[in-house]
Amino acid sequence: MTVPQTVPQNTWAIPARGPVAMLSLIAAESAIFTIFVVAYIFYIGKSQTGPQPRDVLEIPIFYTVCLLSSSLTIHLAVKGLRKGSSRGFGMWWGATILLGAIFLFGTFSEWNRLIYRDGLTISTNLFGTTYYSLVGLHAFHVVVGLLLLTTVMVFTFLGSVGTRHAERLDVLSLYWHFVDTVWVVVFTVVYVIGR
Amino acid sequence: MSTESIAWPAPQVADRPLVDKLHEWVTTVDHKRLGILYIVYALFFLVIGGIEATVIRIQLIRPHNDFVSPQVFNRMFTMHGTTMIFFVAMPIVFGFANYLVPLMIGARDMAFPRLNAFSFWMTAFGGLLLYFSMVGANGLYGAGNAPDVGWFAYAPLTSLAFSPGHSSDYWTLSLLVSGVGSIGTAINILATIVSMRCKGMTLAKMPLLAWLNLILAVLVILAVSPLTAAQIMLMVDRYLGGHFFDTQAGGSAVLWMHFFWVFGHPEVYILVIPAFAFASEIIPVFSRKAIFGYPVMVAATVCIAFISMSVWAHHMFTVGMSSNANTFFVLSTMIIAVPTGIKIFNWLATMWGGQVDFKTPMLFCVGFLFQFLIAGLTGIMLGAAPFDWQLGNSYFVVAHFHYVIVGGILFTLFGAFYYWFPKMSGKRYNEVLGKWHFWLFVIGFHLTFDFMHIPGILGMPRRIYTYEPGRGWDIWNLIVTAGVVFQAAGVLIFVYNLIWSYLRGEDAGNDPWDAWTLEWSTSSPPPAYNFATLPAVRSRRPLWDLKHPDDPDWKYE
Repeated sequence: MTVPQTVPQNTWAIPARGPVAMLSLIAAESAIFTIFVVAYIFYIGKSQTGPQPRDVLEIPIFYTVCLLSSSLTIHLAVKGLRKGSSRGFGMWWGATILLGAIFLFGTFSEWNRLIYRDGLTISTNLFGTTYYSLVGLHAFHVVVGLLLLTTVMVFTFLGSVGTRHAERLDVLSLYWHFVDTVWVVVFTVVYVIGR
Repeated sequence: MSTESIAWPAPQVADRPLVDKLHEWVTTVDHKRLGILYIVYALFFLVIGGIEATVIRIQLIRPHNDFVSPQVFNRMFTMHGTTMIFFVAMPIVFGFANYLVPLMIGARDMAFPRLNAFSFWMTAFGGLLLYFSMVGANGLYGAGNAPDVGWFAYAPLTSLAFSPGHSSDYWTLSLLVSGVGSIGTAINILATIVSMRCKGMTLAKMPLLAWLNLILAVLVILAVSPLTAAQIMLMVDRYLGGHFFDTQAGGSAVLWMHFFWVFGHPEVYILVIPAFAFASEIIPVFSRKAIFGYPVMVAATVCIAFISMSVWAHHMFTVGMSSNANTFFVLSTMIIAVPTGIKIFNWLATMWGGQVDFKTPMLFCVGFLFQFLIAGLTGIMLGAAPFDWQLGNSYFVVAHFHYVIVGGILFTLFGAFYYWFPKMSGKRYNEVLGKWHFWLFVIGFHLTFDFMHIPGILGMPRRIYTYEPGRGWDIWNLIVTAGVVFQAAGVLIFVYNLIWSYLRGEDAGNDPWDAWTLEWSTSSPPPAYNFATLPAVRSRRPLWDLKHPDDPDWKYE
């Protein structure tokens, strides 16, 4: 027994699975970040020993600008690919990787300074525990994003990325925009409210 | 049917060596096989978790019993709770979702078959990790093996000072790993239901099971993720010397409670929404009526999922929160009873005036209706903060949530097993044995869990390994343990029935229940591709339309 095709031949439009799954993943990741942000806010000012955020944290404006502008460059990259310009795509995509790498270097140098100059580690006090976990969780997502972006870059150099991949790269862009958006929250919580 | 005319060369199938067949199961990405793997895996752990419960009940059968030591008793209730929630209930739920959702929405597989396999093996690995603690966790001499901190692992019990060795590490790692699997499967279920529906199946024409699994997926995504985050924090504390839950350094033990129950309470609904889904498919078919109030059922479930996110701290009334917080969580807990009540009335209205046929699946669903109602009533009692201050952490609480999980969820799960067994195996189960299973289980369930309320009211705390005689608890504990015998007998009959029917049962045919959803339109068991031609639907009951072309549903929906 099979069910016959009784539906009139109208258009049957249904959302594509890629963006749906990526948005679900982003919802799950947002829930994870929410818990870490709540813990950070809950423990602001509750460290029993120094160093305190005000003494050691500097606002990373340059690196923040780098990361946020990478959202624009990735958008321009996929837009270029849609138009069929693979050179434009490669350039903007490379710029995105560069900006992400600069941001990651910013996190690295900040941690380097905090650990070796200020003596703040994850086990020093509550500030250290919450700071390194929240910023580290974000940095981990930047690393994952950079690995994915670099994989696409390698395929671009091999000449196998074309207009037909625009939809998939849109899905990847969603992830990268999410990483940027989370940074806005982390920045606000750690460097504005928490300081 | 033209199956007789096609003669497949049988030896090709029969001659494959066992290794090849096993290899196929290990490497499969087929949603039906993964669904069965999930279910078999969960049944295996159901037996283990049941044995742990039996050990607990034998220890408590009389005062001053010394069947197991206090240390072993702690490990037993921890492993029982963790196993039953994370490695029985969740995998069974995902197993049925995996098997049924693509078939019911007319798809050939899940949206991401390889993610599906990955998620299953993550969950499987998580369960193995938990039980590997039995041999692997002896970090320090005498530090003990299996986790013994309770299934919600309150801080500071999990700190290095109070939990030396690696038992808590195994607990947290196994939940982290299986949590990743759960989130992966949830994303997959959601993407499947949103993006893989067959032609004509708009959201309002999906079977209720698909709708409820969609809501389930959203809940898993939003509730299991906080647990994953909390486990990461616990590992930072234990491995990197962090202070999240370290009260000595200003950390908060109550924060862990909040984080755990932000997961823990929606988790109850993660388990009960599939139970609702099974009841919503089984009750109409055995009442010979369409489900009553389809849109209201969907809306009520969405409400339940939404409200379930804001009731978690009713697990924490005895911790000592502010009166404002207490009031909020009492009210939200009371409100969630409203959509739940609507659903119960809708199932009753579905049965009302129908030709009710009490086959085994229907019996289990009717049992569910009564027992879930009582479980909800004790839930309202415990949801009132003053009552909870009196009975929190007593056996009354244990009786309440077992009433939900066994009396509500497990009963519909048994119903679902019987209902879809013909589809999954191609064979009919034995109806007489099914009824024996039901009645033995009903008797055992009520002996155990009705009478468990009473020692709770008389002041018996949960998680004690023994008690003094003469407090009036003795006889009740004896009755509670006696019920275990009936439940175990019922489950043995169930397992025997499944195996015997699978080997010797008569062929079920495609549609043994004269049902209305798409999974019954394909063969039993369905072929790897599910449907030779993808179906197209015009109503919520496509097979009704097909069987009654003179009076199809789509004229009225």
